[in-house]
Amino acid sequence: MSTGEKYVTAAYCVIFAVVLAYVVLIALKLQRLEREVDELERRERPAAEDDERETVHVG
Amino acid sequence: MPVDRQYRVPLPALAVASLICITVSLVIVFFVAPNDAVLGFSQKIFYFHVSIAFTAYACFAVGAWKAFRLLWKRDPRADLESYVAVHQGVIFGVLVLITGSIWAKYSWGHWWVWSEDELVLFLVLFLFYCAYFMLRFSVDAGPQRENFSAVYALFGVVLVPVSFLAIRLAKPFLHPEIFTRHGANLGGWMLVAYLVTQPSVLLLAYTLYRVELSGKRLDLRLRELRLA
Repeated sequence: MSTGEKYVTAAYCVIFAVVLAYVVLIALKLQRLEREVDELERRERPAAEDDERETVHVG
Repeated sequence: MPVDRQYRVPLPALAVASLICITVSLVIVFFVAPNDAVLGFSQKIFYFHVSIAFTAYACFAVGAWKAFRLLWKRDPRADLESYVAVHQGVIFGVLVLITGSIWAKYSWGHWWVWSEDELVLFLVLFLFYCAYFMLRFSVDAGPQRENFSAVYALFGVVLVPVSFLAIRLAKPFLHPEIFTRHGANLGGWMLVAYLVTQPSVLLLAYTLYRVELSGKRLDLRLRELRLA
């Protein structure tokens, strides 16, 4: 492999490494955010159900 | 019906699998597959250029399939999935044009050749899908926008076989013909390199699709939580 070819190979590797590192990091971050939103929804649901229960008038 | 969809493979696992597959592809392409006898080292771009092109076609096909599901089954998840698939297709389309131009400059001495039907038809396909976003964002969110976008995505996919077959129908041509009716014009490690790179790029595209979809769904869920 000539010096020019080595540079081209390095350029390919660096570009893919940056893209893939970004994908792995963003995937981990999204999974964490999904867990947090699930938790928020779980907390919000009983509160909303309680509110509904309070507003019901019997009789 | 829920807007979210449960997937069997978690996103981080997909991302790591993409990382491994692309690394293996790079090793085979640059350190195992031999240089082409005519084009030399520059031919290595072929493995990525063709894989990216087929991936762009696949993304447009998925976008059309999801659009079809929206129109047929009124699946509430299909609109966002169709949009994300088309978006990924356009991103990969940009990469096809960039890698193709680099290869053309090295092989033919020109960045672009207007007389080549294959190139022009791909550009038409790409611009058609760019206009998809103009249409989509010119209509307010709702069933009307979903229907317009779905019909447009379905029409666009007709251009995919036209673009793909143009290279076989148009003569004389400069664009190399690698896959013919008699098989691939590649042998040994060159064919192995392509057969490894193609699924790796598809896997990367699927991972990016899931990343974008997951981000957009999180955004929707947070908006609903804020309104609740």
